[in-house]
Amino acid sequence: MTPPLLRVDDLHVQFSTRDGIVRAVNGMTFDLNEGETIAILGESGSGKSVTAQAIMGILDPEVASIPSGSITFRGEELVGLPERKHRKLRGTDIAMIFQDALSALNPVICVGDQVAEMFRVHAGASRKSAKQQAIEVMGHVGIPAAAQRYGDYPHQFSGGMRQRIMIAMMIALKPAVLIADEPTTALDVTVQAQIMELLKELQRETGTGLILITHDLGVVASVAERIVVMYSGRVMEQGDVDAMYARPANPYTIGLLDSIPRLDARIGRLPAIPGLPPNLLNTPSGCPFHVRCTRAEDTCRVDPVPPLVEVGPAHKSACWFAEEVYAHGK
Amino acid sequence: MASDDMSGAQAPVVSVRDLVKHYPIERGIIFRKRVGTVHAVDGVTFDLMPGQTLAIVGESGCGKSTVGRLLVGLEQPTSGSVTVAGTDLSTLNARELLATRRDLQIILQDPYTSLDPRMTVGAIIGEPFEIHPEAIPAGKDAKGAVRDLMARVGLNPEFINRYPHQFSGGQRQRIGIARALALNPHVIIADEPVSALDVSIQAQVMNLLMDLRDELGLSYVFISHDLAVVRQIADTIAVMYLGQIVEYGDAEQIYEHPQHPYTAALLSAVPVADPVVQRSRTRIPLSGDLPSPADPPSGCRFRTRCFQAQAKCAEVMPELVASGDKHVVACHFPLEAVTSV
Repeated sequence: MTPPLLRVDDLHVQFSTRDGIVRAVNGMTFDLNEGETIAILGESGSGKSVTAQAIMGILDPEVASIPSGSITFRGEELVGLPERKHRKLRGTDIAMIFQDALSALNPVICVGDQVAEMFRVHAGASRKSAKQQAIEVMGHVGIPAAAQRYGDYPHQFSGGMRQRIMIAMMIALKPAVLIADEPTTALDVTVQAQIMELLKELQRETGTGLILITHDLGVVASVAERIVVMYSGRVMEQGDVDAMYARPANPYTIGLLDSIPRLDARIGRLPAIPGLPPNLLNTPSGCPFHVRCTRAEDTCRVDPVPPLVEVGPAHKSACWFAEEVYAHGK
Repeated sequence: MASDDMSGAQAPVVSVRDLVKHYPIERGIIFRKRVGTVHAVDGVTFDLMPGQTLAIVGESGCGKSTVGRLLVGLEQPTSGSVTVAGTDLSTLNARELLATRRDLQIILQDPYTSLDPRMTVGAIIGEPFEIHPEAIPAGKDAKGAVRDLMARVGLNPEFINRYPHQFSGGQRQRIGIARALALNPHVIIADEPVSALDVSIQAQVMNLLMDLRDELGLSYVFISHDLAVVRQIADTIAVMYLGQIVEYGDAEQIYEHPQHPYTAALLSAVPVADPVVQRSRTRIPLSGDLPSPADPPSGCRFRTRCFQAQAKCAEVMPELVASGDKHVVACHFPLEAVTSV
């Protein structure tokens, strides 16, 4: 059996801070196959962006460490890979789009040259051919009059156009894995829909495996095939998007789904999840969600943490009552 | 909802008529000269009824936040009027204005930048009492009033001496709400009050806003780009585009049967958090970007992005005309078909 495109297995990431050790990711596990879109869903502090940074190999080595776990790309181990080799992978094999395109682009270099740089640095293209390819890819992501706008600077573009330029840069080299960290959070809904469609279209063309990091359940429902729900650095539930929305098997997922306002119905008062997400410096014992969970019993409050158990086909939940919650339905 | 919403049987708490805010664009260092005008708000008219929530929705740059700032007097209108409880604010002198403003308070979007990091929570919430000591309830001191406000918004009153950084985003938004409630206003302008919060916290703060509305009889002007959030709270909706209201009326009618192509496009772009429903929806494409408010298109401002624009749209600016009893729309070719989300 060929290994999956990308496999993250029991990944742990921690940061040493002045106040103590922050365990940001505690046992993240998922597989990504070619052409697949997987959404990592979580609130702030759930460890979703740190997971992405670990895959990209851009964690700050001064403070961050990976005490255990593995990340393999086409069977090759990335944890502990020398920076020189990791750097080769970035861009050509694994690329990332950030939320804030304005701060990710260099303000004093015209956007065309920034896109062209990808072809020159990673594909060794000549100056002339890089420019040609850059204009082509800019047109491809929907920048009108790409040749005329080649020499414009980032501030001369709107937020949506800047995000398109980021996408142009990232897809320039047709990476096998593309990580999009909240790519549309800062954009208006109309632009957000355009950008998500663009990403999906490019994915269909290139067969890229897409990891979408988001807190927006609406975006997830419209583009993802599989979901990983994170809370306090752990996987709470994962499965196919339809199965999970129709029949979630973890009280946290149920709480999340219930608490989002829906466009297609006026519910008024929403069933909110009580309390606050845990402080990562001082996580509770047992299940990290037990403090806010209405279903919690004594077993939830003490270690060990509930393991991920299979409740349905390719559908797993980390809850002592997973089967019961699953059987009970939404 | 009540049947007398827009019929005028009740007096509105806030009435806005032809509100205009233009910002000059100036060039030059010594000899500054005006080279253009940003039409941030261009003739906005609406009524806010007691106990009701009016939502102003639209994309960034449509002027919705400027309307909020004009209402509370953070900006001065270029022309037009704001009437609060029957009094036109432009006719008041400074002292009367100060007294009237008590009635209108604002909650801002970003709970991280809208609270002074060097002030304690008690000082932040109690600051309005320094200007309006008469607002402190009888038989209480300012500190007691602050404690009551904290309890009211779900904050532990024992945290009165803590600083903003010691609170989470949701709790900070509660501090902002408590500060807005201090002077016992009738109207609250909430400018994107939950946009910066996590989903689970968003629901908590929305529920608090709904509870306060019901308990205190508040009226809200709820400014938001999030149409799913707005649907949960709004009675009336004003859809803004490039400084103008393009559709206005009963919230349910607008969500179920939008008549302006822009409203329909906006609604169709919002993803529904249900994969099965989402796959069955079709998105109405909007071409291009928002035009610059310094140089709005002729005729209908939306025509450059509209999927059904015709020659007339470039020539004649459409007026807001009634379409049904609780609904007005500014479009030469409003959508007839029943489009539901």
